[in-house]
Amino acid sequence: MTEVNDALIGHLSELARLQFDEAQRQEIKKDLEGMIGFVDKLMELDTEGVEPLVYLTPNLNMFREDKVLAPLEIHEVLKNAPIHDGTFFKVPKVIKKNNS
Amino acid sequence: MAPDSFEIVVGLEVHAQLLTQSKLFSPESTAFGAAPNTQTSPITLGHPGTLPRLNRKAVELALKMGMACHCTPEPHSYFARKNYFYPDLPKGYQISQHRSPLCGPGWIRIAGEEGPREIRISRIHLEEDAGKSLHDQDPAFTCIDFNRAGIALIEIVTEPDLRSGKEAAAYLTELRRLVRWLGVCDGNMEEGSMRCDANISLRLKGAGDLGTKVEVKNMNSIRHVHKAIEAEARRQFAILEDGGLVCQETRSFDAGKGESFPMRVKETADDYRYFPDPDLAPLYCSPSWLEEIRSAMPELPEARTERYRASCGLSAYDARGLAEDRETGDYFDSVISLGADPKAIANWILGPVKSWLNEHPGSVLPLSASRLAELSGLVLGGTISFSAASARVLPELVRNPDKTPVQVAQSLNLIQDRDQDRIGVLVDQVLGEMKDKVLEYRKGKKGLIGLFLGEVMKKSGGNADPRLTREMLEKKLGGYPVGRSPKKN
Repeated sequence: MTEVNDALIGHLSELARLQFDEAQRQEIKKDLEGMIGFVDKLMELDTEGVEPLVYLTPNLNMFREDKVLAPLEIHEVLKNAPIHDGTFFKVPKVIKKNNS
Repeated sequence: MAPDSFEIVVGLEVHAQLLTQSKLFSPESTAFGAAPNTQTSPITLGHPGTLPRLNRKAVELALKMGMACHCTPEPHSYFARKNYFYPDLPKGYQISQHRSPLCGPGWIRIAGEEGPREIRISRIHLEEDAGKSLHDQDPAFTCIDFNRAGIALIEIVTEPDLRSGKEAAAYLTELRRLVRWLGVCDGNMEEGSMRCDANISLRLKGAGDLGTKVEVKNMNSIRHVHKAIEAEARRQFAILEDGGLVCQETRSFDAGKGESFPMRVKETADDYRYFPDPDLAPLYCSPSWLEEIRSAMPELPEARTERYRASCGLSAYDARGLAEDRETGDYFDSVISLGADPKAIANWILGPVKSWLNEHPGSVLPLSASRLAELSGLVLGGTISFSAASARVLPELVRNPDKTPVQVAQSLNLIQDRDQDRIGVLVDQVLGEMKDKVLEYRKGKKGLIGLFLGEVMKKSGGNADPRLTREMLEKKLGGYPVGRSPKKN
């Protein structure tokens, strides 16, 4: 069974962009161990020769035709943005040019 | 160490925006140049409770490209979520076929430095584009425009088969010709509808293993890709020569400086946690659907070039020129289908018609197929000269599309005189006036024929048929044509 340690929790919280205090970490550790244990239990089944089931419905190719419909109005688009100027979403600077 | 003891190893990943009207999973317009954030929807913006739905046309275009690259379409493929956080990715994941591409291995033939080469394609898959980050609009913030987010892309990945910046440029030129030919993508690198990332490494010649690769991004023309690869190879060579190690990283090309700079150094390995997107049904390409697409494929540029060479008797150069783009090739085909002479029409299209198009950018073809066939026929029949037809009749026909070439030639007084009696008088006159030169000619200075011809043409007011005049001069001067006169000892 995968060991749920500080390194793993640290890695997962970085991927999720979330921060936890020590008490939360302990709780997460317990939850994750439960989840992983559940999956490990399932892994005990012999699935030799069984095709993996990825999708629960038999649907294939749920296409739409290449037609343009009206887009969202700009005020609707920006409504939930923490920072915007009426045209753009604004976010902290994400690139630093480093020529050195 | 000498630079030529190393070889450059390049693999390219090209993203091409598909020419669909709407996005890959949502119905907003894909038109370029709209005001920021006016072509989005709750699906594109990743709002909760929305359901993406696949655009059939996008799959068909991707399959067309795959078939043109000799790839095998995979009957079963699916879309996966590639999870990462970046401000231009509203959902927190990109929907991609990273793990299950639509098309498997294939190849594209390019004109290599030592003859044609087949560059292996490892895969072609569908994915959605991200939004656009603008870093210099605001001093404090990065501005995000989501119009581009969700536009259908194909990613075309090569094996590390390219050996120079020049070869990479040849590959991209061929790829661009193909996407345009098929109507899959407009191939415009400057506007970003075709983008290229290059994986570049060096290795000692003959070594089997690949060196550490560096990924270079942000090259927005074929010329920049060529330059960036050469610059990156020089940079890596300098490191290796100093006994250093090339660091695996992603760099961005600065076209102004002609060099790259590090974009980001990854502290941890990528961990994208791919998994099949439960919102999207898997994709199945039935044999009958594939056959339908295959049977609607146009004749491809290579086959077209070969047909022009083999069955129209054109030179490899002319054949390639006419098959440069599909419009030109189709135009050529429609003119010769009217019975016009292929070689003459090739000269017309690659000469005066092409010049006219270059002088009038953005215009459609200047002459209808039937007008060009008529015009070429007039020249071949000796009614007008090629120079008069191309320099004077062609522009006049463009201005007056209702007139026929004969009418225009008549109104401009360009019909050549083929009356042997009238021309004969002028020939006698000229030869009579230039007795010394005639003697020199007869002693062997055959180049003087041009002088005599010029004089007769002048006296005719430019109307004498030069070919007929030349024949008459040669006959009068020696009894046999110049080119075939017996050699003197």
